[in-house]
Amino acid sequence: MEQKTKINAEDGKHDLTITREFDLPVDLLFRAYTEPELVEQWMGTKVLKLESKKHGSYQFETTDPKGNKHGFIGVFHDFIPNQKITRTFEMANTPFGVQLEITEFEKLTGSTSKVNMHVIYESVAQRDEVLKLPFAWGINMAHNRIEELLTTFKK
Amino acid sequence: MLLVASQALTAGAIAANFNTARPTVSKHLQILMECELLKQEQNGREIYYHLNAKNMKAIAEFIEPFRQMWDDRFNKLESIMKEYKKNELH
Repeated sequence: MEQKTKINAEDGKHDLTITREFDLPVDLLFRAYTEPELVEQWMGTKVLKLESKKHGSYQFETTDPKGNKHGFIGVFHDFIPNQKITRTFEMANTPFGVQLEITEFEKLTGSTSKVNMHVIYESVAQRDEVLKLPFAWGINMAHNRIEELLTTFKK
Repeated sequence: MLLVASQALTAGAIAANFNTARPTVSKHLQILMECELLKQEQNGREIYYHLNAKNMKAIAEFIEPFRQMWDDRFNKLESIMKEYKKNELH
């Protein structure tokens, strides 16, 4: 089966692209990025602030299974409805630095669209560290699942 | 994972390397199997575990979990917006 979401991250580069086609008209796809209650649902985060406009800022907060809160902050540099969002993204209180995200929205047909994210990091090392995060989370989740399973067995 | 990198091993042989109860090791193996990082191979009465090299390559590049994370998010986005559209029409 063809993978819907594609990542292109070349070795030794400090950027990557994420592309995905949607079975949605472009305006609906764009709305998913601008309305706080929609962002909360698909990003799985709490939206504390979302000023969807040029020079606006945003602030998200995610609570992990252990109850720790993680902040995500950034500023919009460009905001063109149904076409493009350029923003910074930073994980608060982490050494990962800031990244620049250029997200382009493309109409394919009246009912389909495409998103193309270009993410630029401060360095190759920083990009690779961020790429590794979900791998580490996956291991943690597997460990949590093991704990859950074992707790269930003990009952 | 390092243990089975060089050779296929039985669950017992893997467990012997850890100071952990055998059922715990079995659970770990089961989850690694679910993630398709390990493969089982029957050899007589024994079951041997070895690395699923194809998937390990993706993991080694550390890209697949990152891709999967975005794929999950985008799948969610698509289903939420389809529902949103339906409600909007009513």
